[in-house]
Amino acid sequence: MLKKTPLNETHREMNAKMVDFGGWDMPLHYGSQLEEHHKVRQDAGMFDVSHMLPVDIKGDGVRDFLRKLVANNVDKLTIPGKALYTCMLTPQGGIIDDLIVYFLSESWFRIVVNAGTAEKDTAWILKQRDTLAPALEITPRRDLAMVAVQGPNARAKVWQVIPGSQEATEALKIFQSTTLGNFFIARTGYTGEDGFEIILPADEAPAFWKALHAAGVAPAGLGARDTLRLEAGMNLYGQDMDESTSPLESGLGWTVDLKSERDFIGKQALLDSNPTQQLAGLVLLDRGVLRGHQKVVGQANGQEFEGEITSGGFSPTINQSIALARFANGVSPEDEVYVMVRDKKLRAKVVKYPFVRNGKVLV
Amino acid sequence: MSIPTDLKYTTSHEWVKTEADGTVTVGITDHAQELLGDMVFVELPDVGKTFSQKQECAVAESVKAAADVYSPISGEVVEVNSALVDNPEKINEDAFNAWLFKLKPSNASELDGLLDAAGYQNVLDNEDH
Repeated sequence: MLKKTPLNETHREMNAKMVDFGGWDMPLHYGSQLEEHHKVRQDAGMFDVSHMLPVDIKGDGVRDFLRKLVANNVDKLTIPGKALYTCMLTPQGGIIDDLIVYFLSESWFRIVVNAGTAEKDTAWILKQRDTLAPALEITPRRDLAMVAVQGPNARAKVWQVIPGSQEATEALKIFQSTTLGNFFIARTGYTGEDGFEIILPADEAPAFWKALHAAGVAPAGLGARDTLRLEAGMNLYGQDMDESTSPLESGLGWTVDLKSERDFIGKQALLDSNPTQQLAGLVLLDRGVLRGHQKVVGQANGQEFEGEITSGGFSPTINQSIALARFANGVSPEDEVYVMVRDKKLRAKVVKYPFVRNGKVLV
Repeated sequence: MSIPTDLKYTTSHEWVKTEADGTVTVGITDHAQELLGDMVFVELPDVGKTFSQKQECAVAESVKAAADVYSPISGEVVEVNSALVDNPEKINEDAFNAWLFKLKPSNASELDGLLDAAGYQNVLDNEDH
């Protein structure tokens, strides 16, 4: 039995092509994945991301608990509403999940975790809570829905739909959030475009979705979500990283705070490690489409190396295939590598990602 | 979309049209393009190459996935639709006219074993369950 979000019926009414996504019955597209992709880059699109799980952590000492639990430093969160992207690590330094932490007050932080890892994450967090801070109250919020509205016109469309939201959110900077009545509105996303991620009561989600649609926001499915996040150079948990990979070999070194005195789970393992691999961007030079698990070969410092594509696909904005790939540290931007696609050896150029940001091609 | 009755079909979702000169034109069905979604790349076989029946001979890639196209019958490739390489979306727009390649059959009797429109409809009906 597939799990359903509060918007399941609404997707079906809008003729979504539904697929099993890690046990969730989710929209893949509503007709054309490419059109949905372009709509987000050029105007505004919306995604049902209610399969992701908000978890509220409340009580005295939440901040101290999170200082230990996650790899980025929650001490960077000084203004209420501020958000932080971070990994949660195993003691061995592998990535349990990547998540966003929202600082609401000194006694209330909210984290949002991936759908596929939600149960594992919750169990892990509860286990850590029991030893580190038994008094904390940890509440998974399956009673909430989450809608991401993304694109250059996304904020303006939301303002049309939620009364008072313009006044409440116009001053929000990137990675800041605020609460307006029942709505939690964050200026975050997974597309490389401006916009909001909005958390709201499940029973209010269908009316909200339809109001956005009436305001000209295009429904967009998981297909477009994946090509948008790949262009934006954002990692996907389970593909670009998992418990067997370190953030230092996943392009996420910038999210790990190894400088402060603070100890966190996985820190010692990262300090002891000697990363030899990197996550890099590829742009295909020949015709074809790069896909996950294709082999990458080439030379770095006179040595043959072999790596693998972790996420690949066709970039609708660039009109060429792009990928994230993991391989030896010695390979640099502008180097040429080969990707094994079926019986062919295709040429690809190593690039710094993101590939696309705010509608502009960067590679 | 209705399934054209003047074509033959395979269970792997290719359509086959027998031309007046005895060659056969091959494409993928509307159902196949719908399953795949927006097409972004087509890899066509080389002209002059021979394939046996059910052998992989082309690749159709959408934003979502790569799908092998199988030769519906044995034969030699005599022509490919190069226009598709630059405009793979033609397959989404009009699958039954966006042909991939033409074959000169080496054993024309294999055509008799292909499905007609009703038989292909049956295949689709059973897939839906």
